[in-house]
Amino acid sequence: MVKKLRNFKDLSHITIQFLLASILLSGVFSTVQAQTDTTSAPADAGAATAAADNGIPTTPEAISEGENLFSSNCAVCHAIDAQIVGPALQGVTERRPLPWLINFIKNSQKVIQSGDEYAVNLYNQYNKTMMPSFAFSDDQITSILAYVQSASSQAAAPGQAAAGDTSATAQTGGTAGQDAGISSSYLTIILIGLVIILVLILLVLILIVSVMTRFLKQREDLDEADQELMGQRTNFKKIVTSMPFIGIVTFIFMAIVVKVAIDGLYSVGVQQGYMPKQPIAFSHQLHAGQYEIQCQYCHTGVMKSKSANIPAANVCMNCHQQIKPESPEIQKIYAAIDFDPETQTYGNNKKPIEWVRVHNLPDLAYFNHAQHVNVGGLECQTCHGPIQEMPVVYQYSSLTMGWCINCHRETEVNASDNAYYDKLLELHEAANPKEPMTVESIGGLECSKCHY
Amino acid sequence: MKKNKRYWKGLEELRNDPELVKRADKEFPDYLPISESKRNGEEGSSRRDFLKMMGFGISAATLAACEAPVKKAIPYVVKPVDVDVTIPNYYASTYLDGGDYCSIVVKTREGRPIKVNGNDLSRVTSGGTSAQVQASVLSLYDKQRLQGPVANGQPVSWSELDQNVSAQWRSAGGQRVIVSYTVLSPSTQAAINALVEAFPGTQHIMYDPQPADGMLAANKAMFGKAVLPTYDFSQANVIVSFGADFLGTWVAPISYAKQYATTRKLNKNKKSMSRHYQFESNLSLTGANADYRTPIKPSQEGLVIGQLYNLIAAKAGGSAANFTKTDEIPNLQKAANDLLNARGASLVVSGSNDPAVQMVVNQINQLLGNYGTTLTMDQASYYRRGSTAALERLVQDAQAGRVGGVIFYNCNPAYDYFGAASLVEALSKVKVKIATSDRIDETSALADFIAPDHHYLESWNDAEPQQGQFSLAQPTITPIFDTRQAQSSLLTWAGSSETNYYNFLRSRWRENLFGTQSEDTDFDRFWDRALYNGVLEAEGTSLLTAGADDSSFANVGTSVAALASTINNNYKGGEGVELVLYQKVAIGSGRQANNPWLQEMPDPITKTTWDNYLTIPQSMASEMEITTKEGFTGLVQLTVNGQSYRMPVVVQPGQAPGTVGIAVGYGRNRAGKVADQLGVNAYPMASKVNGSFVYFNAGEVTVENLDEEYRLAQTQTHETFMGRETVIQDAVLAEYQEDPKAGRFEYELETSEGPKPPEDISLWHGHKYPNHHWMMAIDLNSCIGCAACTISCQVENNVPVVGKQEVINRREMHWLRIDRYYSSDEVSDAKEMEKASANPEVVFQPMLCQHCNNAPCETVCPVLATTHSTEGLNQMTYNRCIGTRYCANNCPYKVRRFNWFKYHDNEQFAAVNVAMNTDLGKMVLNPDVTVRSRGVMEKCTFCVQRIQLGKLEARKQGRRPQDGEIDTACAEACPTDAILFGDANDPTSKISQLINEETEGRAYHVLQEIRVSPNIYYLTKIRNKDQEETNA
Repeated sequence: MVKKLRNFKDLSHITIQFLLASILLSGVFSTVQAQTDTTSAPADAGAATAAADNGIPTTPEAISEGENLFSSNCAVCHAIDAQIVGPALQGVTERRPLPWLINFIKNSQKVIQSGDEYAVNLYNQYNKTMMPSFAFSDDQITSILAYVQSASSQAAAPGQAAAGDTSATAQTGGTAGQDAGISSSYLTIILIGLVIILVLILLVLILIVSVMTRFLKQREDLDEADQELMGQRTNFKKIVTSMPFIGIVTFIFMAIVVKVAIDGLYSVGVQQGYMPKQPIAFSHQLHAGQYEIQCQYCHTGVMKSKSANIPAANVCMNCHQQIKPESPEIQKIYAAIDFDPETQTYGNNKKPIEWVRVHNLPDLAYFNHAQHVNVGGLECQTCHGPIQEMPVVYQYSSLTMGWCINCHRETEVNASDNAYYDKLLELHEAANPKEPMTVESIGGLECSKCHY
Repeated sequence: MKKNKRYWKGLEELRNDPELVKRADKEFPDYLPISESKRNGEEGSSRRDFLKMMGFGISAATLAACEAPVKKAIPYVVKPVDVDVTIPNYYASTYLDGGDYCSIVVKTREGRPIKVNGNDLSRVTSGGTSAQVQASVLSLYDKQRLQGPVANGQPVSWSELDQNVSAQWRSAGGQRVIVSYTVLSPSTQAAINALVEAFPGTQHIMYDPQPADGMLAANKAMFGKAVLPTYDFSQANVIVSFGADFLGTWVAPISYAKQYATTRKLNKNKKSMSRHYQFESNLSLTGANADYRTPIKPSQEGLVIGQLYNLIAAKAGGSAANFTKTDEIPNLQKAANDLLNARGASLVVSGSNDPAVQMVVNQINQLLGNYGTTLTMDQASYYRRGSTAALERLVQDAQAGRVGGVIFYNCNPAYDYFGAASLVEALSKVKVKIATSDRIDETSALADFIAPDHHYLESWNDAEPQQGQFSLAQPTITPIFDTRQAQSSLLTWAGSSETNYYNFLRSRWRENLFGTQSEDTDFDRFWDRALYNGVLEAEGTSLLTAGADDSSFANVGTSVAALASTINNNYKGGEGVELVLYQKVAIGSGRQANNPWLQEMPDPITKTTWDNYLTIPQSMASEMEITTKEGFTGLVQLTVNGQSYRMPVVVQPGQAPGTVGIAVGYGRNRAGKVADQLGVNAYPMASKVNGSFVYFNAGEVTVENLDEEYRLAQTQTHETFMGRETVIQDAVLAEYQEDPKAGRFEYELETSEGPKPPEDISLWHGHKYPNHHWMMAIDLNSCIGCAACTISCQVENNVPVVGKQEVINRREMHWLRIDRYYSSDEVSDAKEMEKASANPEVVFQPMLCQHCNNAPCETVCPVLATTHSTEGLNQMTYNRCIGTRYCANNCPYKVRRFNWFKYHDNEQFAAVNVAMNTDLGKMVLNPDVTVRSRGVMEKCTFCVQRIQLGKLEARKQGRRPQDGEIDTACAEACPTDAILFGDANDPTSKISQLINEETEGRAYHVLQEIRVSPNIYYLTKIRNKDQEETNA
């Protein structure tokens, strides 16, 4: 429920959206499901036949090995169904023969220099961007291609479905988020349904009571006590002015006021959910989510220094010298680094990009990324949330001291294979073998670990 | 004997002044002004105002809290490859200031130099630093530096300046002169020579504010070279110094302190140490460290050295000379005997600038066979090669109108030359005057053109402090202002083909030094290595030559008989008051006077800040009925050479009777906001003896009590020592040799089970230190009190400067102070006491948070802002502190400092606390340490930021931290390695070995009896004195 965190005001709006969306989606989802089911069978069959044709394996092992290799080596410049630095690879195994592909991946320049027409055209088409050579074995290359092939066929399937008009949603990463939302919106529907049922039951009960009362009033044979009971009228005024009632109401009111005040005070300076507008509409959803670019590719300091680094504009230029030069957002990068895409030259009138800081720790607290990511082995998402799903970055965690402390209490120290902790681990196991060695147990809650 | 000996912290305590006794138990006297307005006699703010302000404050805070301010994060546009944000880079470089030298490593963060450390690879300074070197990083960010070239008081462009200067310099009739301090850089010398060659007849004159003409002349006569010898104090078993403050200010104190300390260290395997005699007038830092110190008058100095010569010559085979007899000089015979017993391993030095006296000193060293062991002329030092006589001649020539043009290369003779007044007058007759000063100082204010030089941290340069020992300086920041390397300016004006000094420097190294080694065959590799190391040794190569103009040095004969008559003529004793000039350890000659860190550094001896003053002996004070207490002192009128000065006095134990002392480096008019009008300029007070300017005046000097009160900002008397022997423990060498625990005072508490050491009794359960246990040991024997650690700590930990008035209010913020204790024997006997106080023994004790295991501060904090860590640290959490100051009240060591004001971004402190009040000054702050705000307590953290970083680096590499990898700023800066820091849980660490060895030896805890169980050990002070003398 990512959206909930953004703003209270939007809550009701969102709920309604969810209601509508979930009703719509349940329809869409079922159609997509059906279509995937129908297309997958022939695609598999196609792949199997291709394996016999082009020598590319179709075993799941090869595909998963290929996927690993692809994401760590190729994904920076290539995607299956989109053009990044290099061309989209969908169907490449059908476009080019295997030996050509192997040669090109191993040393693209050699192929280009050999005068291969296709290669030369490709090179010119992509602004003469060199594809670096890779020292892969033939097996590794074929497994990468196996992955590309299987991914191509998977991507092709919904692609075909999209052609049939059910909108392009299925193709974007957005589906994943909404898929996750369906179950929780069901829950909301169930809850609302329950409330409606309860209200209905209440109405029915009130109806029954009034019918019964009317019936009893018409009877003459009631004794005095029953008469009195029947004739009794609820004196609301008396109840409202009674001391216990006033007392209870005052107490509840005061309790709410105090609670709101304390919550308000506690949240002073807490910027959870803070989502400022950035000077350049950079989307982590696109870069980290869709293209799966490693966080460290841009945030170079995260493993070695206190600060993870907001990347310098020259890091952006590694890709965006070629990619989407026409986009107005990319033009802002060009303006900052004084780059002329026409002539592909840099000038000297550089102006730094003034990003708005999202995560503001007070100066009195010392936080070191290297300690947590490198030594502690934490994922970025542990503190930054589902960053790969954020079109605009917002502060996911509260970043309060209580939040830090709580994590230090619960988290086990990543002590394996680190000789620094050997002695501590030994001591801990001797004293307390059943409990895990948490950060707290080795002094991680002491003041001057973070304040100096 | 031990029982009667006691140390006292100031004269007030010695006298048992009733005022002091009354206030003795108060940390702060009650006459402190509470608010600024009350001091001005206005009505203070009322309670109603307070409530109004509080109401407003709360509502303002509530409103302000509604919307968090938008903060920007601005990354590099193009990130430099070797800069990673938050990871410091280190560059080897060279500190060159006037003729002072230190090989350094500069720490930079995001391209800003923020700390200077010593370079361990240098054989000259061996990783040592001084307070001046430590503080020099702030001078880089001085806003009073010129921001661009100036012609006739108007800012101009560099090209315009060059055109004008070239044209005018060419057309300047008469003599052309370049004036500089001693040039230690061979390439700078080459750039100057280029200008000299371009305009034949141009003269290059070097001079020094602390001249060594006397030594140069004597060495020229004796060895044919007008240079200083290279000393090796580490080889000397007996050191005799006549007024040479070689640990503080004389020639190359960083090198000497390092060498000296090696002879003073004691351990299980080395139970001998050097013996050090000092004969001097003012109590200097060196004198304070001497085993035997004898106060002498400056007018006796020549005769005393002559007598020593006779005593040595009688036994060592020299011819005796007829020196005038003086009164019996205590310890002189003893010194002579010791010197004779340590022939070839002894050293006699003198700070005198009289060639005749220095010749006698040379003869003594020659007779003792010291040349080649403790000092050598074969590998000469190039410090202090200036000739004051040459500058004098320039003044005469200029007055006669013979001088057409002068270039002042980074020097300030209009302030720090003894004859500044005549120079200023003569300069009006010089047509073209050019200066390369970094600011409009006393000299450049008179210049037509100012071509401001870079700060040394922005410059390329090289240096050859000693023959064959080279070092490189490299820029660690892009020039902040529109300044230009002065050497480039000189090359430009010379019309040289190469005006880029970097290229010039490289080509000179390629020509002259690349060939001296065979390790690298490629010049670029050689250059990179030299740059990386910062230093290069090339035995037998020398690029600098002896004094610029040897002919300007006086001719002095080597015959002692002839010298004797010269000396007898010049040194007559005399009954009048004699004035002795000296340099302060922090301020030196005054070049860095505008550095507030140095101004606020308490003088090691007088513990006075922000002022200079007249030091007078106690006998003179009682004669003149001057009393001093807690910084309140009297003003006197000092008349020298017919000039009168009003100045405060400090009653100085150890000051030779009949002498008064005054520090140079003060009384500046154009140094900048910090230093201007502080104190009195003492340079014009110097006199001439035997043709040379000397640092004393034995002529017409009178001191007159003005009966006016003055308040000095002293940091010493607000904590009394109360005669407790558990603070300072000392012994003499013979006792130590017998028993390593000699001098230790082991306190025992009376209990129902008999006396017990405090360690055995505790209410505490103690702490467990499973991981690290950080501890420190401070060797009182090798601590010389130079205060490099104080400044290093201040730089590292963003300690604010508070200014003179706040120091007077006892609110100075230094986390590490050096307590200086005078001793006096036989306290019971008033007469004996008087005698001892005239020339006391001195102990320096660095005092910082002791990180007690049973810390009294921790238990009294109502908000748990100060707590104990599992690594032995006493942690201080600023953001939790509410400022009750209970902890400071409960601290037995008085090391906690309270932020009485917000010292950063506060108009009131902008003038003094420059590091926290301007954008430029803030660049020096250490980003890893919080800048504290008003109302919180602070204190030494054991440099926890360094501990955390060191542990993290180790963890990243999956190993334990190595010993020495994690070091505190004070230990790192110490030129004598007196401070040792490390992990006592690591059995291989130096600290754990030292503690194992010395707990049954010299290691003691200060105030052991209160059982706070500190994590800092002190090692007893051992003096190399004869046993019977201390018994007497």
